[in-house]
Amino acid sequence: MVRWLVGRVVSGAVLVVLASSTALVLTRLAPGDVTTQLGPFASRAEIERTRERFGLDRPVPVEWAVWVSRAVRLDFGTSFLYNRPVSGLLGRAAANTGLLATLSLGVATVLGVVLGLLTGSRPRGWLPALVRAASILLLSLPPLLTSLLLVFVASRTGWAPPGGMTSVGAADADWLAWAADVAWHLPVPAMALALPLAASFERLQAQALADGRDAPFLTAARARGVGPRVLLLRHAWPVSLRPLCAAYGMAVGALLSGSFVVEFVTAWPGLGRLMYEALRARDVYLVAGCAAAGAFFLALGTLLGDVLLAAVDPRAREGLDA
Amino acid sequence: MRPVGVGLVGLVLLAALGAPWLAPNPPDRRFPALLYAPPTPVHVLGDGPALPFIHPTRLESRLERRFSEDVSKPVPLRWFADGVVVTGDPVGGAPLLLLGTDGYGRDIFARLLFGARVTLALAVLAAFGAALVGAGVGALAGYAGGRIDAVLSRLSEFVFVLPGIYVALSLRAVLPLVLPPGTVFIVLVAVFIALGWPVVARGVRAIVLVERQQDYVVAARAAGATGVRILFTHVLPAARGHVVAQAALLLPAFVVAEATMSFVGLGFPDTVPTWGTMLQEATSVATLESSPWTLAPAGAIFFVCLGIQLVLPDLRRVPVELEG
Repeated sequence: MVRWLVGRVVSGAVLVVLASSTALVLTRLAPGDVTTQLGPFASRAEIERTRERFGLDRPVPVEWAVWVSRAVRLDFGTSFLYNRPVSGLLGRAAANTGLLATLSLGVATVLGVVLGLLTGSRPRGWLPALVRAASILLLSLPPLLTSLLLVFVASRTGWAPPGGMTSVGAADADWLAWAADVAWHLPVPAMALALPLAASFERLQAQALADGRDAPFLTAARARGVGPRVLLLRHAWPVSLRPLCAAYGMAVGALLSGSFVVEFVTAWPGLGRLMYEALRARDVYLVAGCAAAGAFFLALGTLLGDVLLAAVDPRAREGLDA
Repeated sequence: MRPVGVGLVGLVLLAALGAPWLAPNPPDRRFPALLYAPPTPVHVLGDGPALPFIHPTRLESRLERRFSEDVSKPVPLRWFADGVVVTGDPVGGAPLLLLGTDGYGRDIFARLLFGARVTLALAVLAAFGAALVGAGVGALAGYAGGRIDAVLSRLSEFVFVLPGIYVALSLRAVLPLVLPPGTVFIVLVAVFIALGWPVVARGVRAIVLVERQQDYVVAARAAGATGVRILFTHVLPAARGHVVAQAALLLPAFVVAEATMSFVGLGFPDTVPTWGTMLQEATSVATLESSPWTLAPAGAIFFVCLGIQLVLPDLRRVPVELEG
């Protein structure tokens, strides 16, 4: 068990190093760099000086080695775009994305599992049919569409602010007012991200329950006179969690992808927005930093998914391919 | 529900193919007095029942984007004129704008039809490519086994969990930010194939692993068939259904991915009508609020996704998430 866990952590670390290094090298090799911002009339000497200032005059391997040696000490260099240390920018953006993603994942899980239990255990009736239909509709609405739709609804009705994370001047207020303001801005992006995911979870949960309905151990429990509620929650549900937990590891990638779009549409100041701006401005160190942070989230999420899977399925714990 | 799905997909395909005949106005024609004009209402009741007719749209206030119908002059719709199925009187100030206009005064319905061609061609080509590459890699991994299988399987798992849109954006951003549309098309197809193949490969590998143990494969080998022949004529056909289903699932993912890339400005330039570039209009909350018809491409994307969801017999398949 410990060995397995260490292996997963190591492979996660490899992912972070690999992703950030690739991002660094790719952006470095891309045409154009920070000196384009000097405008067309900058003198040769000025261009050289700027390159030197940001360490862009070194060959790529040297630059990469220097960057890695600093990055392990959490010094990600300076962003050209914001003229500030990358680590500070990253910290705030990662926290914002983390908040949005965690909340959405939580909402999607609760909604998806509860509704999935309903539709999976009761194949007939108007309520399960309604939930099923809603799920199929939502599966056809990726976050790009849900976020546009929710922004539209929010701006038309005024029920919630359509974009941003805080109101103007919220930073000056005390932290309680600030938190309330953020909470007021959260529903639109969080729901945009959570709804499609909830639909996936609902379908998976319902399917897993239906697949296991005729399992011998359930028939045996039924024969022993176990009531329908206990049968569902204590016997059928735990077994059906396996496919759901397997999907969890993959949901993280989708969640990150989705959060990029949602952040873009709703102007949520997270990692996606930052990475996009950095990519466009050829801000090498900021791109690499964002990639590292994103890969960290991804590694953490897959690890969490694997641990969950191991928790519900002994076969995965033993390292067997179940 | 399956016929509904087939109908939806068929309708979208028909619209894309018939764009030059179905669009009442050319997609790049600008109506300078009609920026963000609302959809033209089509009337059938004048002084009693009448053939479908429209009223000219009159600009009331450019600042407030207010328009009114000029009810004094009904303009009958012209059928099978000017080489299109139906149109209004674009020269006389009464164009038929079924879904309104965008910020340049261009017919959104026409752009939607022509945009479908680019978006769908891109998605279909990329899905086809991903199916080919995925089937090849999956077959190789499943058939060769051993170290090759281990390497290919790890690779496909790795690509599978990556957040697709970040990879696509990074790969696209590495190239010059401004590229001609043809190059963008090729780049996007290549990037989508690079991201989509593991979806197909995983299943093909599993199927090949099972099939190669079957008696008919042993028989073929005993009869002297080479490995390549066994793989291509005997084993791979067993994976056909899986490949088709997965490629079909990749389609909506690619449609959405194109839309996302163009939406954020790293896809097609906005002179090319695609569903993604059209959605750029909807970036501004103010535009979204005052001119909701700019959301029309979102509706088109929804219908494609829904159609394919319904066509696939197996609803347990959760959609592939490239975009999220």
